[in-house]
Amino acid sequence: MTTETMEAPAVAVPTATPPHPLREFWGYFSANHGAVAGLVIIVAVVLVALLADVIAPHDPNVTNTAIALKPPFWQEGGSIAYPLGTDPIGRDILSRLIYGARLSLLIGIVVVTISIAIGTVLGLVAGFFRGLTEIFIMRLMDIVLTLPSLLLAIVIVAVLGPGLMNAMLAVALVILPHYVRLARAAVITETSKDYVTAARVSGAGTTRLMFKEVLPNCTAPLIVQASLGISTAILDAAALGFLGLGAQPPSPEWGTMLADAREFVLRAWWVVTFPGLAILITVLAFNLLGDGLRDALDPKLKR
Amino acid sequence: MLRFILTRVSLIIPTFIGITLLAFFLIRLVPGDPIETLAGERGIDPARHEQLRKEYGFDKPIIVQYGIYLARVLQGDLGKSMITQEPVLNEFSALFPATIELALCAIIFALFLGLPAGIIAAIKRNSIFDHGVMGISLAGYSMPIFWWGLILILLFSVQFDLTPVSGRIDVLYYIEPITGFLLIDTLLSDEPEAFWSAIRHLILPTIVLGTVPLAVIARMTRSAMLEVLGEDYIRTAKAKGLSRFRIVALHALRNALIPVVTVIGLQVGVLFTGAILTETIFSWPGVGKWLIDAIFRRDYPVLQGGALLLGVVVMGVNLLVDLAYGLINPRIRHTR
Repeated sequence: MTTETMEAPAVAVPTATPPHPLREFWGYFSANHGAVAGLVIIVAVVLVALLADVIAPHDPNVTNTAIALKPPFWQEGGSIAYPLGTDPIGRDILSRLIYGARLSLLIGIVVVTISIAIGTVLGLVAGFFRGLTEIFIMRLMDIVLTLPSLLLAIVIVAVLGPGLMNAMLAVALVILPHYVRLARAAVITETSKDYVTAARVSGAGTTRLMFKEVLPNCTAPLIVQASLGISTAILDAAALGFLGLGAQPPSPEWGTMLADAREFVLRAWWVVTFPGLAILITVLAFNLLGDGLRDALDPKLKR
Repeated sequence: MLRFILTRVSLIIPTFIGITLLAFFLIRLVPGDPIETLAGERGIDPARHEQLRKEYGFDKPIIVQYGIYLARVLQGDLGKSMITQEPVLNEFSALFPATIELALCAIIFALFLGLPAGIIAAIKRNSIFDHGVMGISLAGYSMPIFWWGLILILLFSVQFDLTPVSGRIDVLYYIEPITGFLLIDTLLSDEPEAFWSAIRHLILPTIVLGTVPLAVIARMTRSAMLEVLGEDYIRTAKAKGLSRFRIVALHALRNALIPVVTVIGLQVGVLFTGAILTETIFSWPGVGKWLIDAIFRRDYPVLQGGALLLGVVVMGVNLLVDLAYGLINPRIRHTR
């Protein structure tokens, strides 16, 4: 991050030093209340996921048909032992949601990590070598972008077979072009700058130039895109789960839970309401965080 | 202008080849014997296997196989469904109007709410209305629409019994498909009730499918309006003493709409993605549900052909948007 100080007023205190980059970042970030709210929610979800074994009141996979379709505790017939009610085969919904948080975060992080790792390398290569390599990579990415994202993911899963692992791979491929494009664009703007020329003149090899010199200077847009990418990954993986192509039952993945409960929508509102709400809140939090990061990190977008 | 059009059109050729390659390899990457995959016959007898091998060209080098496939695709031959034995193209064209009808309604819904919301939010920047619109649209943008559909069913169909839960029209009507668009076909028929039935079936799917585009359009309109409203010529218009309405509606909106048009074009892919989910929830007989059903029936020719056709449609629409954009905005046309 460039630490651009505002044009210091002529009569400024002479000792004014530019603020520490992190402090400046926090200044911008915390001004955006939505972003802070998003961060708080994400921290809470992470804690819930980490402490699932401790805080979940029941085992998420234990079935008990005697207590099937119990409503949430505030409704008649509900009990505080099953605060958000139970599903059609008597599993505690709250416990399943808590364990589902693990899966959703795992999906988001794994998918985005794979995508960023491959996407950055492809983007760096395209931006550095230009010519045919670049045309090939970028055309390929255009094709991936042309197809509706879920359609492509569905086709991939149909070939590889349903399952959480394959769904994650499919989603990672679908969001790949964003990172490739970002990395390439950043490389192209950076390579013409003096510090790269200086490094090259002092004998740095291409690999060193790519990863040591240029890459650290294009991290800002990548971080922003990573946050937005996690929300897309969670949403798309849940959609695949809902279609029966992602995580398979009895996995407490939120999308899969919805698919399981779908036919009971007319009888038991709670079995569909809560898993979806969990998806919505988590995705919303990552989108809020992404927006806030963009405002705070990207000097071009600072208003 | 001609040059611009030619460049843009020629740019889609590699994309088209890419999509066909993807569809081509789809069948060959499915574990198991590709002939059994294509013919849908398990434990096929050797003579027929050999015959099919020749017919599909599996005895030739892969590049020749691709050539054969491409030639067939260009002639509109996308193979036959393993289940119904109908040509894939026929099935697609029979179901596609249902998807188009839903997608059009969704985008109209999104425009009718999204444009005014975005414009008013921009004019009344930082008001409660502005914050409300931005908050709601962020939620809409993050919405798992498969869940949203179920919630709307819970509210409107279960709680208030206002709308039907699934399908395009009540089963008691038989409507001769003339255009394939039920709203038009029912109007042409002599049953006015059928038209209302079609409308009632459309309401929930339209809202569900329109939610994400609505959010995107509202946000985009707002930011485009804000940018334009800060321009000098708007200040000039104000200084001339023009009415606020005139400034917004005539001077600002025209320029603000340019980025919005592009965004609407880009929503086509999003719409098809959403259509797959929406059609699954509401049992809407369109191409999205058809594709998902194909996966579970392991009907690979349908999956292959359907994915190819949808890809080509999106590609075509993107091209049209690109060309339209060049028409509206001369600046685009003359760069490069």
